[in-house]
Amino acid sequence: MSIFNFFRAAPRASAVQAKERLQIVMAHERAGRSGPDYLPMLQQELLAVIAKYVNIDENKVEVKLDRGGDCSTLEVNIELPAREQAKAAAAAKSAEKPAGNDDAAGKRAAGNAGAKKRI
Amino acid sequence: MSKIIVMTSGKGGVGKTTSSAAFATGLALRGFKTVVIDFDVGLRNLDLVMGCERRVVFDFINVINGEAKLNQALIKDKRIENLYILPTSQTRDKDALTREGVEKVLNELSKEFDYILCDSPAGIERGALMSLYFADHAIIVTNPEVSSVRDSDRILGVLNSRSRRAEQGLEPVTQQLLLTRYDPERVERGEMLKVDDVLEILAIPLLGVIPESQAVLRASNVGMPVILDEVSNAGLAYSDAVGRFLGEDIEHRFVTPQKKGLFSRLLRRSA
Repeated sequence: MSIFNFFRAAPRASAVQAKERLQIVMAHERAGRSGPDYLPMLQQELLAVIAKYVNIDENKVEVKLDRGGDCSTLEVNIELPAREQAKAAAAAKSAEKPAGNDDAAGKRAAGNAGAKKRI
Repeated sequence: MSKIIVMTSGKGGVGKTTSSAAFATGLALRGFKTVVIDFDVGLRNLDLVMGCERRVVFDFINVINGEAKLNQALIKDKRIENLYILPTSQTRDKDALTREGVEKVLNELSKEFDYILCDSPAGIERGALMSLYFADHAIIVTNPEVSSVRDSDRILGVLNSRSRRAEQGLEPVTQQLLLTRYDPERVERGEMLKVDDVLEILAIPLLGVIPESQAVLRASNVGMPVILDEVSNAGLAYSDAVGRFLGEDIEHRFVTPQKKGLFSRLLRRSA
């Protein structure tokens, strides 16, 4: 990518862009200064609710945020396990030892149990 | 095994964050998987210089405290493949940086990245110490100006005594000088320290000379690392410095006042 493309896409003077970027980011920072940082708590509570119903892998949770001038979007993507994996995980959890023929399922189950305990 | 670089200076406002953004981008452009970490807890700005300030959800401190996973805090650059930013917290203070916490995050990053670039805060307190502690390589950002040179010397002393490599008696942290905001015309008029003067005083190898350039402000205005401004002298100088860091033999340019013939010759060479 070259600088020419960059400026063609945004023909405004760079100082104008600088001011707009600052106004947006600082409005959000000033608004958030009074309260605690809620995003980690929000994430943990959301996961706790979902984990009541589905086995989820903590590493497969993606949180995206886009702070805009007028509105911001928060996007939470949680990858749910495939049905067979979920079954295997459930089976492994109910049994004393995980099924010997499926190492991966055993590990997954252990991971999920760990996640639940932490929450 | 990944390499850890610290961009440090002692003095504030000399161009650490600008240089970190440019250098990390340069390494990624050359195909190395690179992450740049902001260590300036409470006064974060790397996100602005990299243009990802609107996308910060979780940060370095959240990861240290176990409030978020590393991959949730890493921001993938939208322009460059292989480039990631780990922003820091804007609300907490430097005490949030524990040596164990920083080590844990760096170890995890080491599994995935070729280069980990730590953008140090100014000063020689906790934030600066944590950013340099685990470094393999240090890039000392210095302006050709008395207070900056003195502070750089101070930080070199800290690197030699208080880094992990120093404490454990390992091979010392490599140290290279990045001289920024250099104005060859003022040097010629005798108003500014020469490259050689600074090198003589600090006695470390020269990584690069970044000329004073209007492109730096323009780039930060729009949140673009200046190295992506391929027509600016500063961008080209950063690109050269990255090449030298990787062991290429590249002649220093922009160190003498530009004459037409010389300039066009150099431009051709950079293409």
